[in-house]
Amino acid sequence: MPSNPKSSTMTGAEIVIKSLIDQGVEVVFGYPGGAVLPIYDELFKQNKIEHVLVRHEQGAAHAAEGYARSTGKPGVVLVTSGPGATNAVTGLQDALMDSIPLICLTGQVPTFMIGNDAFQEADTIGITRPCTKHNWLVKDTDDLAETMHQAFYVATSGRPGPVLIDIPKDVQFASGTYIGPRNIKPSAYQPKLKGDTAAIQAAVELMEGAKRPLFYTGGGVINSGPHASQLLRDLVEATGFPITSTLMGLGSYPASGDKWLGMLGMHGSYEANWAMHDCDVMICVGARFDDRITGRLDAFAPKSKKIHIDIDPSSINKNVRADVPIVGDVGHVLEDMTRIFRSRGAKTNKAGVAKWWEKIDEWRAVKCFDYEGSDTLIKPQFAVERLAEAMKKHGDYYVTTEVGQHQMWAAQYIPFDSPNRWMTSGGLGTMGYGVPAAVGVQIAHRDSLVVDVAGEASFMMTMQEMSTAVQYKLPIKIFILNNERLGMVRQWQQLLHGERYSSSYSEALPDFVKMAEAFGCKGIKCEKPDTLDDAIAEMIAYDGPVIFDCLVEKHENCFPMIPSGKAHNEMLLGSRAGAGDISQAIESDGAVLV
Amino acid sequence: MDLKRGSSSRSAYHLRPALKEGEERRTLSVLVDNESGVLARVIGLFSGRGYNIESLTVAETDHTGHRSRITVVTTGTPMVLEQIKAQLDRMVPVHRVRDLTSEGPSVERELALVKVANTGDHRVESLRVKDAFRASVVDASLESFVFEVTGSPEKIDAFVDLMRPLGLVDVSRTGVAAISRGPDGM
Ligand SMILES: Cc1ncc(C[n+]2csc(CCOP(=O)(O)OP(=O)(O)O)c2C)c(N)n1
Ligand SMILES: [Mg+2]
Repeated sequence: MPSNPKSSTMTGAEIVIKSLIDQGVEVVFGYPGGAVLPIYDELFKQNKIEHVLVRHEQGAAHAAEGYARSTGKPGVVLVTSGPGATNAVTGLQDALMDSIPLICLTGQVPTFMIGNDAFQEADTIGITRPCTKHNWLVKDTDDLAETMHQAFYVATSGRPGPVLIDIPKDVQFASGTYIGPRNIKPSAYQPKLKGDTAAIQAAVELMEGAKRPLFYTGGGVINSGPHASQLLRDLVEATGFPITSTLMGLGSYPASGDKWLGMLGMHGSYEANWAMHDCDVMICVGARFDDRITGRLDAFAPKSKKIHIDIDPSSINKNVRADVPIVGDVGHVLEDMTRIFRSRGAKTNKAGVAKWWEKIDEWRAVKCFDYEGSDTLIKPQFAVERLAEAMKKHGDYYVTTEVGQHQMWAAQYIPFDSPNRWMTSGGLGTMGYGVPAAVGVQIAHRDSLVVDVAGEASFMMTMQEMSTAVQYKLPIKIFILNNERLGMVRQWQQLLHGERYSSSYSEALPDFVKMAEAFGCKGIKCEKPDTLDDAIAEMIAYDGPVIFDCLVEKHENCFPMIPSGKAHNEMLLGSRAGAGDISQAIESDGAVLV
Repeated sequence: MDLKRGSSSRSAYHLRPALKEGEERRTLSVLVDNESGVLARVIGLFSGRGYNIESLTVAETDHTGHRSRITVVTTGTPMVLEQIKAQLDRMVPVHRVRDLTSEGPSVERELALVKVANTGDHRVESLRVKDAFRASVVDASLESFVFEVTGSPEKIDAFVDLMRPLGLVDVSRTGVAAISRGPDGM
């Protein structure tokens, strides 16, 4: 908790550590170098903050993201100037796209050398300006404490995001005045938390009359805190309306809840996408109408009135026009919405909604996630299903993912009943996110089961963080769906590029079991469906990090799928669509889309 | 001088390109903390998101509070223009964003320094045009003038256009400064 508002004089490096402690920081993910040595020296002299030494600065940023997402607290990154800072850039952009609060501290060459192409100098502020919510270069030690506390404020308020403070080495050595978090100046940045009552009232009126309502929720619910997820659950129960969510919002409404339609979007469920297309009132809560969600914009939910709740005014009317825009924090708005809804008698169009559920049940009966099983090969969907079963039995699990087909299968087949349990790179789609994110999650939740559902190609982008896991005794489980392919790329090449598999084959793969052993982890390889359950049980039971090499069917495609440039009601189902259907389904103007 | 010629008028010279269908032109006033990099941040927003900048001026207007005022003239569809305002408004050093075009009447002024090199009839004619535009002479030599002209961007376009055949050499323009009419401040 913030303490000691009294001011006193200390070195810049001491101010950094003191500010972190006063902000309640317990862990910093980082990597040292010349330009941050004074700060590392101060870290050495104290024991309130744990420093986790990663193996690459990208890993520090993703680990901090995993930590932040699974705890709701901001993640802190500490890296050196030049290459340290540039290596962290991918993680910053990832956090920006997915609204994750990060504070990244970078060393910089001393102020008198800035601009001279000094050793390990980079224009960190210039490079990171577009991939942070805000950044600061501190040129005077007296400004450092103020900037540190402002940074925490900016990262965590409004729509959260990454911020960066660039601290020249002479500023770390020099002395300056420390002030506590409560003594900082009010910022020009004052996001609006309370939604407009008239707009909320208008939204409730639309909801009361709706015949085919649908909640469409996103990461904003999770960012607003567990309280917002609870309010969402209550409102869904009170209205009896169906609910779907984006990839980022999984867990805010329980997957076991009977109003749950599954994830929507490009690889979302049949029932969620059809409901989206046919709804008459859409209640968008903390989601941003991303192109993975909307499909073809002019055919997106054409019959619907749209209510859009978002804390970021720039998310509203960006891609899709909202009929009732409500700018505010999800938690605040849902609270007011529920109160107004109840005070007006909790009215809904019961008959209309009952008929809507009948329609939805027809779509559910399609069983869009069914796949053809196999006795000889492990189907990737089967592997994820069995993993999910084992995790449910174990209880208390967190899942991270890499990016590709395996990520979509994880989203489709693993149920989440509470928020902050699912960390995936949604907006940026960063391969290599999952291993370091798992490190960050496990640091925060030492006794929980943390599994990274990985692809073999993604894993190889940041696998050096296994060494971090070993060093800090983090028993993360890397569950690789090894199809020896850049599977998602291969799928698009099959469907869109005439089956010309240009560089999408994972050539020269290492022996993952031997690699695990070399790192000091446990390696498990599984090739047969009938040995899978035992192998997964062995993985979960092992008290230490595991690399699980699950060899799966190599040419499985990820379905259902809304082809690029198509509408929700044109989605394709796996068992019913061949490659031919799909390449025909995607027209040339859709092919330019990603 | 290689300036693009506008299409709409013969007498006045138009720097401002014709608007695309469905697009509008807006003058925005943005009050920001005058911290280092703030201009780069605003310009980066426009270039990064593909918004247009027709004119941009910036200077510190409150020296004690370290506030600067940025005036930016931009074009886009109404939806894009709303986005631009929202994107500006959520930037940390931005205090206020005002749409001077849509939020009531406002005045816009630009200043230009216009150099002509001429003698004889052209020299006399350029002085006549100067008087007609209430411009002033800020530098003179036996074969050149520098005129200072203030007004709307269109007036300056027209002035420059008339000077072209009279020996136009150089133009330096400030870009638009704008303020709302009436008693209210930002
Ligand atoms: C850093 C990065 N580079 C490239 C891509 C493009 N990309 C998306 S999925 C994918 C293949 C991933 O392969 P793998 O990790 O084996 O997962 P699979 O799809 O096979 O399950 C690639 C290359 C990306 N998302 N991120
Ligand atoms: Mg693969």
